[in-house]
Amino acid sequence: MVKILKTSTIAATLLLGGQVLAAGSALDLHKANNDPDNKQSLQRGARNYMNYCSGCHSAQYVRFNSIARDLEIPEDQVIANLMFNAEKTFETITVNMPADDAARWFGRTPPDLSLMARAKGTDYVFSFLKGFYIDPDSPTGVDNLYLGGTSMPHALWELQGFQAAVFVEGEPNQEGLRPMVFERFEPVSSGSMSPEQFDEFVRDTVNFLEYISEPIRATRRVLGVWVLIFLGFFFIVASMLKKQIWKDVPK
Amino acid sequence: MARIESEIGKPQGGFMKWIDDRFPFTETMRYHATEYYASKNFNWWYIFGVLAMVVLVIQLVTGIFLTMNYKPSAEDAFASVEYIMRDVEWGWLIRYMHSTGASFFFIVVYLHMFRAMLYGSYKKPRELIWIIGMLIFFVLMAEAFAGYLLPWGNMSYWGAQVIISLFGAIPFVGEALVEIIRGDYSISDITLNRFFALHVIALPLALIALVFVHIVALHEVGSNNPDGVEIKEHKGPDGKPLDGIAFHPYHTSKDLVGIVVFMMVFSAVMFFSPDMGGYFLEHANFEPANLTATPEHIAPVWYFTPYYAILRAVPDKLWGAILMAGAVLLPLFLPWLDRSRVKSIRYRGWIYKVALGLFALSFIVLGWLGLQPAEGLYVQMARVCSVIYFLFFILMPYYTTIDKTKPVPDRVVYHG
Repeated sequence: MVKILKTSTIAATLLLGGQVLAAGSALDLHKANNDPDNKQSLQRGARNYMNYCSGCHSAQYVRFNSIARDLEIPEDQVIANLMFNAEKTFETITVNMPADDAARWFGRTPPDLSLMARAKGTDYVFSFLKGFYIDPDSPTGVDNLYLGGTSMPHALWELQGFQAAVFVEGEPNQEGLRPMVFERFEPVSSGSMSPEQFDEFVRDTVNFLEYISEPIRATRRVLGVWVLIFLGFFFIVASMLKKQIWKDVPK
Repeated sequence: MARIESEIGKPQGGFMKWIDDRFPFTETMRYHATEYYASKNFNWWYIFGVLAMVVLVIQLVTGIFLTMNYKPSAEDAFASVEYIMRDVEWGWLIRYMHSTGASFFFIVVYLHMFRAMLYGSYKKPRELIWIIGMLIFFVLMAEAFAGYLLPWGNMSYWGAQVIISLFGAIPFVGEALVEIIRGDYSISDITLNRFFALHVIALPLALIALVFVHIVALHEVGSNNPDGVEIKEHKGPDGKPLDGIAFHPYHTSKDLVGIVVFMMVFSAVMFFSPDMGGYFLEHANFEPANLTATPEHIAPVWYFTPYYAILRAVPDKLWGAILMAGAVLLPLFLPWLDRSRVKSIRYRGWIYKVALGLFALSFIVLGWLGLQPAEGLYVQMARVCSVIYFLFFILMPYYTTIDKTKPVPDRVVYHG
């Protein structure tokens, strides 16, 4: 038991990378503030996803025709603008890159993103996509503040440009050492978007990721209201019935 | 040959007589419903028994439909759950009902058990009802544990890994036992298959059988009430308990109101927050099982966390497992640990009230602690709460003896 907990801590440490762990809990996530009810944002997110993510990341549970239906995009537009390597609208978002090759090229197969927003949270994905910074030691030339040692390259560099991370010495820890703490990002080169535009771009993308992680979300919330209204009426009827039947119970 | 030819084959006394001559239908209905008398002063604590039955039915029915689309193999399990969530008509609703139902099962059962502790429902002559109820609780825990592996998410995988490895702490046979449970050297497709068999056949059968026996035993001795008064001791000239009213239609009509309220709470969670912030559906379980990547911290679902916190509060693995098992088993002995002359908390002294309050508090705090990382202050708190949890049971024979009780009325208190 204890052994497994220890192993898990070590595994978590390895996953997070030494540097981030040194930064500790001070590393707050940015709030994504995305709105899954905003159809326009979701449509832009779908476009972003297909243009910038789907080259490497599949969304193997997501069908094009359900995107068309839920995001209110006409199917012919979906076929023309979103389906790059699919033939039929009932197909799911797949990548052509063989998984084994991908693992060899990148160090690991790029994960499927169908459920990423639900597994990691939208704030995390939002922060992650904004968290790439220049690291000359990394094979991709960048590292990520929120997932140290990530094998993902900075796919959105054209839009965001490159940034450098500034680390400063933090408070001494229990061993008396002063770990390096992340302070801020500094732009190194600018991309085609302003920081505000880039935030919006990432927000739309994250919004789409949240949508595909649970496409039924909108439906269940609408249905839930009707169910509760029905149960409200049912409650009144049931209460009246109880009162009527209990009339002859002696006090 | 008294009967004339034309009467042969015609029903004598109608359809119900035909049935009753062959099966004791009317008699059974009378015995268990229309002439089963239960106290008229039940408060809302008494709703949780029937609610447990409602959730059981929800789980059985949704479970059947899930089984129609779920694939119990390591290769397909995770994808088949997503298939249910996205492609099966109303699959999402059935799946959320089942996952929400799992958590509500424990909410309802914990409250049902607490009701018994409030009003001394486990005391003579209802010891056997309590013991059967505890067996139901054990089977329910096994059922929930087996079911949690089936989505084959990463938390399913590692949660099962951690809990099953506990059996390895047993001296001599531990490791062999762990292999028997898993059917393999690690959690694998084989484990998933046998857990599926247990979850959909073996354990539900045991559950239904035990629930049946629980109710037969209850109807034999009769229900307790918030005053802990035996209503059968005061019968009218017609032989019916003076303070009792028929289960049907009186208690059924009252239960219906409770069921509707319960359905509203259930629906509010299911439709608006099925994850319940990661407590009902854990975030890490939206990633497929991964042998090489452990979730950041492994925590069982909330309904196991009080016991999990006790396990982690003990530095030694074997003793942790023993104390955890002890915490689960101890309530079995309540009927004999409790020496009080009165049943209901209404007529007990302050000592029992304080003890029960501390016990409930320690259980809730342990549940919260089980979700936190096992370090520093959390472990210290878990130790304090574990001590309180065990002292509640161990000291019970003593403090229930010295506790000053109030006189119990002859008849139940009822103001309408």
